[in-house]
Amino acid sequence: MGPVLAGVLQLLALIGALALAYIPLGTYMARVYSSDRHLRIEKWIYRGIGADPDTQMRWPAYLRSVLAFSVAGVLFLYLLQRLQGVLPGSLGFSSVDPAQSFNTAVSFVTNTNWQSYYGEQTMGHVVQTAGLAVQNFVSAAVGMAVAVALVRGFARSRTGELGNFWADLVRGTLRVLVPIAAVAAVVLVACGAIQNFSGIHEVGQFLGGSQQWNGGAVASQEAIKELGTNGGGYFNANSAHPFENPTPFTNLLEIFLILVIPFSLTRTFGVLVGSVKQGYAILATMGVIWLGFTALMMGTEFAHHGPALQIAGGALEGKEVRFGVGGSSIFAVATTLTSTGAVDSFHSSFTGLGGGVTMLGMMLGEIAPGGVGSGLYGILILAVIAVFIAGLMVGRTPEYLGKKIGAREMKLAAAYILITPALVLVFTAASMALPTPPHSMLNPGAHGFSEVLYAFTSAANNNGSAFAGLNANTDWFNTMTGLAMLFGRFLPMVFVLALAGSLAGQKPIPVTAGTLRTEKPLFTGLLVGAILIITGLTYFPALALGPLAEGLA
Amino acid sequence: MTTRTEKSEDSMSTVTPTRAPHSDVPTGHHPSEGRVGAGLFDPGQLVDSLPEAFRKLDPRVMVKSPVMFVVWVGSVLTTAFSFKDPGDWFGWTISAWLWLTVVFANLAEAVAEGRGKAQADTLRKAKTDTVARRLVNDREERVPGTELRIGDLVVCEAGDVIPGDGDVVEGVASVDESAITGESAPVIRESGGDRSAVTGGTKVLSDRIVIKITTKPGETFIDRMISLVEGAARQKTPNEIALNILLASLTIVFLLACATLPPFATYAGTHLTMVVLVALLVCLIPTTIGALLSAIGIAGMDRLVQRNVLAMSGRAVEAAGDVSTLLLDKTGTITLGNRQASEFVPVRGTTEAQVADAAQLSSLADETPEGRSIVVLAKERYGLRERHQGELAGAEWIAFTAQTRMSGVDVDGRRIRKGAAGSVIAWVKEQGGDVAEDAQALTDRISEAGGTPLLVALEDADGARVLGVIHLKDVVKQGMRERFEELRRMGIKTVMITGDNPLTAQAIAEEAGVDDFLAEATPEDKMALIKREQAGGKLVAMTGDGTNDAPALAQADVGVAMNTGTSAAKEAGNMVDLDSNPTKLIEIVEIGKQLLITRGALTTFSIANDVAKYFAIIPALFAAVYPGLDKLNIMRLSSPDSAILSAVVFNALIIIALVPLSLRGVRYRPMSADKMLRRNLGIYGLGGLVAPFIGIKIIDLLISLIPGL
Repeated sequence: MGPVLAGVLQLLALIGALALAYIPLGTYMARVYSSDRHLRIEKWIYRGIGADPDTQMRWPAYLRSVLAFSVAGVLFLYLLQRLQGVLPGSLGFSSVDPAQSFNTAVSFVTNTNWQSYYGEQTMGHVVQTAGLAVQNFVSAAVGMAVAVALVRGFARSRTGELGNFWADLVRGTLRVLVPIAAVAAVVLVACGAIQNFSGIHEVGQFLGGSQQWNGGAVASQEAIKELGTNGGGYFNANSAHPFENPTPFTNLLEIFLILVIPFSLTRTFGVLVGSVKQGYAILATMGVIWLGFTALMMGTEFAHHGPALQIAGGALEGKEVRFGVGGSSIFAVATTLTSTGAVDSFHSSFTGLGGGVTMLGMMLGEIAPGGVGSGLYGILILAVIAVFIAGLMVGRTPEYLGKKIGAREMKLAAAYILITPALVLVFTAASMALPTPPHSMLNPGAHGFSEVLYAFTSAANNNGSAFAGLNANTDWFNTMTGLAMLFGRFLPMVFVLALAGSLAGQKPIPVTAGTLRTEKPLFTGLLVGAILIITGLTYFPALALGPLAEGLA
Repeated sequence: MTTRTEKSEDSMSTVTPTRAPHSDVPTGHHPSEGRVGAGLFDPGQLVDSLPEAFRKLDPRVMVKSPVMFVVWVGSVLTTAFSFKDPGDWFGWTISAWLWLTVVFANLAEAVAEGRGKAQADTLRKAKTDTVARRLVNDREERVPGTELRIGDLVVCEAGDVIPGDGDVVEGVASVDESAITGESAPVIRESGGDRSAVTGGTKVLSDRIVIKITTKPGETFIDRMISLVEGAARQKTPNEIALNILLASLTIVFLLACATLPPFATYAGTHLTMVVLVALLVCLIPTTIGALLSAIGIAGMDRLVQRNVLAMSGRAVEAAGDVSTLLLDKTGTITLGNRQASEFVPVRGTTEAQVADAAQLSSLADETPEGRSIVVLAKERYGLRERHQGELAGAEWIAFTAQTRMSGVDVDGRRIRKGAAGSVIAWVKEQGGDVAEDAQALTDRISEAGGTPLLVALEDADGARVLGVIHLKDVVKQGMRERFEELRRMGIKTVMITGDNPLTAQAIAEEAGVDDFLAEATPEDKMALIKREQAGGKLVAMTGDGTNDAPALAQADVGVAMNTGTSAAKEAGNMVDLDSNPTKLIEIVEIGKQLLITRGALTTFSIANDVAKYFAIIPALFAAVYPGLDKLNIMRLSSPDSAILSAVVFNALIIIALVPLSLRGVRYRPMSADKMLRRNLGIYGLGGLVAPFIGIKIIDLLISLIPGL
């Protein structure tokens, strides 16, 4: 079997698995977020944190809860790292320095999981398990909660109420993430991923010399790392490391875990707004972009010219032989079109255009299918903008799901789409203009520029993957990517929740023959076009000077 | 609602109007033009508006349109940089085209405003300073019209110009309202009832009336009209505000993309000049729609004005596009305003032919449409040749009047009368005659069926008696069924409002093809219906003219008051139809939709244009340092300078090219949202992608022909 065919078959298997999970998982999540019963363990948690899960929150209250919870998370994670040296279970690692602690704390709370450290040389068991792994669950649950709040904004009328953040957070964690992650962890262990609390092993190498191998609760971390679109690896090599991702099957499983919740959430959305077809339209939009990017990536990586690459059957530099070009390409697209940022191969080593594809995937705002929760709310915001333009073209005040898109809604949606381009471009420009930051680049020319552009694209979009090569563990990059992650996560949430509140307060408009049908393929086409043009074109000049300059050379 | 069986002003419209009246039958199916739209665009207007376009270069004016203000700032910058380097022809050329871009945008707005100004000038002529004859304690005093206050009573006689808006409180007069309606046929204004409102600036042609002033000078209808058509009172509409927000945010995004480019370029080993950066920025920000946005809005209002509809706010025009329920009065909207004779029913002892003969004779002096229809029916059904008044020697004709509600003729010792049942019975009794026993039963039967009975009576040697009954019936206008079918396809529900009983109403509703009807409607019922529809999230449009319509007009999202109506109705509605043609509601909805479609289409076009501009400019900027990027130069533009210049020139020229479209509005045909979206996406989305590739290439070819470049 040729490598191309292998890649295509993997892709088909993946699509089949996602399709099987779509309806049951999506419907289940809809039930989770609309049920009015609490599990006993949930009641204990609510009592423990002093929250009433049955009070309805308006958007400011919902936002305050999101922010309070996240600030507490950042502080806790920061202190945990700063105090690592005096805590038990640290594997002898010292406390992490302030800039890196800040960066890492922000990174995990914002679901970015950008890592400016080497996991196996910096973080002990306590930080990994009690700090990072916990955030892997709850930061994902926060994203889902905000997405569900926005969906409720569409589904509810004449009320400003968006649900209860604490209930959404706890349920998302306990009823969705924990069970799936648990099953996935067991499968990963069965396939060879490690799961222990052993220390550091000194191992001899074949060619002499020695190597350190860490033990750790890797499989459990790995499962939620992918499922929660987190991406922070236990080891520096991330999912390329055989302890994290031992076989081609686990590779496919991890890609499945990355994509399954974001795709299925469109079903949840459809069920909650009372029209699964609306969910299918969003799914189709995500699917078209995702498949297009995957095809493009496989194309650039398989078809790369140059004798060495032709003999190897594609651009294999930086890719694991056990995954091949196909598995690596699918993974790279999945991880950058979601807010995951886990890698099983090194994006820096992809062909110039392939590297561009990973960057463009993030630049679209990670909406195909995007991070858990953040993908759904991101694409719904873009749908609002597409509906506005298209709605005018059918001669009515634009409306989406029975809600008018007026000046206030437009203001919030426009603010949302402004944030990430502003962060990416301004931080990158500052890094290029200042004298010191460019020293972090490993490569000269267009590739070096790509490293910096990638870093801020990844941070501002809460992806977390890196274009290897850049030394990001400097005060400048730790601080600036930290800020980009913070603003890139929470400013959009402010506008999403405000928009949700505004929508929930409206009275619904009935559907007539004069209504723009947003569940039709035509709208899907329009939405894909709007996404590519509006978000893609913003970055065209920057992309031209990085991956395009390199790839077209 | 008031019934209109009395002598209506239609009876007087035998004078040919100087301006084509909007016929009762829905028209607009002219093969050559869209139903809405029209309004010819004359390129000469561009030249005439040039001075105004330059006046608008004032930054205080420019700042109102964020997109064009950015272009304005960019033009200032590039001009300044060109002064620093005066030998750089490229800088000067770009600057010149950027200024042209701004001027073109201003020109579009100026042309749109110019059309309104012409209309306003005509109105101003009507608003000459008048002298009012104010009544104080029953004594007349002459005061300037500007000194009138609300509540003042003024007298107007034949030849007087009415000094201010008000209601007739005494008398009946015919009034020439052509100053505001363009309709030269005079209309009747009388105290009481729903035709009591008079407008300042119109002229009394006959009789004497006393008017109670209802508005302050300076706030009269004509004053409001002037400011509306001039656009002075123009406020941004909700959708326009939302669109402006989107355009502003896109502008900011592209501003960021351009402002952050210099450090990237410097790293890549090239230097971007200010001129080039501004050129790139101007090409990317949505200048096409930004330039035309306000012209589109003004032109939309103007299209209404051309149809003799005055919208009190742009908001109302937009709401018209959103309407999902239309309340249409039966009389005058769905059926012909005047009932027509459908049969002659004899009382016992007479024959149909006798009734027909008497009905025809007595109607010859009745010029109302009802009267004419009797003559026509007698001719068509009974073969009675229409006789002319002059044929009968010695005949004394009694014309129909609103007071007597009868018409007739006295000839050869016979006195024939025809008219409203009550009047004719009174006349017969007055002459000492008897009313046939079955006459009452016949009239009742016709009434119950929704018709209007008229009695025909004769007094001759045998004494006075009723001969029979004429059945006047509603006739549904031609083409209404098709019209309602179109509305249904557009997603608009039609509800017929009528005072008829449910059975009659149902019959007419079925014949006309409306979706629903409200029978025996009282103003309260109408109000309740509107509220019910609105509670379901629907937007409701209606027309009305009576004082009792005022609350419903105010409640409706689009309330179109008839100009013939009371001032209360005109005050309550958010539009006034100067032609008082309720069918126009449908056109108003279409104009509202067309306004929104034009904005959306040009926005789509403008955004789609960006793709081609990138492919022109990016290789031009960077192919020197990264030769691979020359592969993006898929248009094979001749040189970097020419590529940038071509993009800028295209960007400027497309504005001028689209001015006619933005003034006329995109073609609109009633169809479902799906079809409309597919069509407009195809034309303006795909067209917007492709057109600039072709346009820029052509401009580049022309530029490359210029020697010495």
